[in-house]
Amino acid sequence: MANLYAALAGLVFGLGLIVSGMADPAKVLGFLDLAGAWDPSLAFVMAGAIAVGLGPFALARRRERAVCGEPMRLPTARQIDRPLVLGSLLFGIGWGVAGFCPGPALVALGLGETKALVFVVAMLAGMAGHAMLQRRRGGA
Amino acid sequence: MSIDWNAFTPWPALAGGLLIGLAAAMFVLLNGRVAGISGVLGGLLAPVRGDVAWRLAFLVGLVGAPLAWQAVAPAPVPTIDAGTGALVAAGLLVGYGTRLGSGCTSGHGVCGLSRLSTRSLVATLAFMGAGFATVYLLRHLLGA
Repeated sequence: MANLYAALAGLVFGLGLIVSGMADPAKVLGFLDLAGAWDPSLAFVMAGAIAVGLGPFALARRRERAVCGEPMRLPTARQIDRPLVLGSLLFGIGWGVAGFCPGPALVALGLGETKALVFVVAMLAGMAGHAMLQRRRGGA
Repeated sequence: MSIDWNAFTPWPALAGGLLIGLAAAMFVLLNGRVAGISGVLGGLLAPVRGDVAWRLAFLVGLVGAPLAWQAVAPAPVPTIDAGTGALVAAGLLVGYGTRLGSGCTSGHGVCGLSRLSTRSLVATLAFMGAGFATVYLLRHLLGA
């Protein structure tokens, strides 16, 4: 049942990315281009998503278990450290170069876009590179 | 700053945002997990037994969304202007950066801000700021 729920959540997430315009890098770059002809649309995506998310996440925090029976696994890290900031800055630079973040890139891949495939393969390589460095340092 | 009113699509953006929020809400209440795409995907690169199936299931749903859409109506075609070199560089930065920073637009931006996490707020300000600065540099200073 847990896997069915996960697939359903992924499906709704993907449909949301298509409806919102986030799956279109040109639209994303139009939002990130404050100094050009700015398209503020994507601020509405974030606002809509958070408006819906606030209640359920507050509820989740008070529960021990999810509906599927597994324990509630919410992030526990609190510290603002170098990896958090440096990683987010690197991510933002990459986002600004191509207009893709991970979710929309996977949706564009599902749309059959060859360029999305190039991006996703490079993204996986970047993720694998990070996992390799972590292992070498003996981290988790 | 001037607003591009022709490109501005507040209603689809809001509707899509509501769906994304709904998906994140479903995932946390039904599965007890945070819908962070980079985390879901990245966890497959250092797989742990018993921790793989739900990741694959979520990703099948996500990548399958356009196919489900196309079964009903023609899906919008994305405009990807970046060339191969830029796509590779951007992909490496996004992949490495999201893992180092423990999240992306979904995990920190949508779920983290919904959880009122200060850590996610800092991450979101950092990647949005870097995104704005990068586009400014590329479009207005370098004229790419």
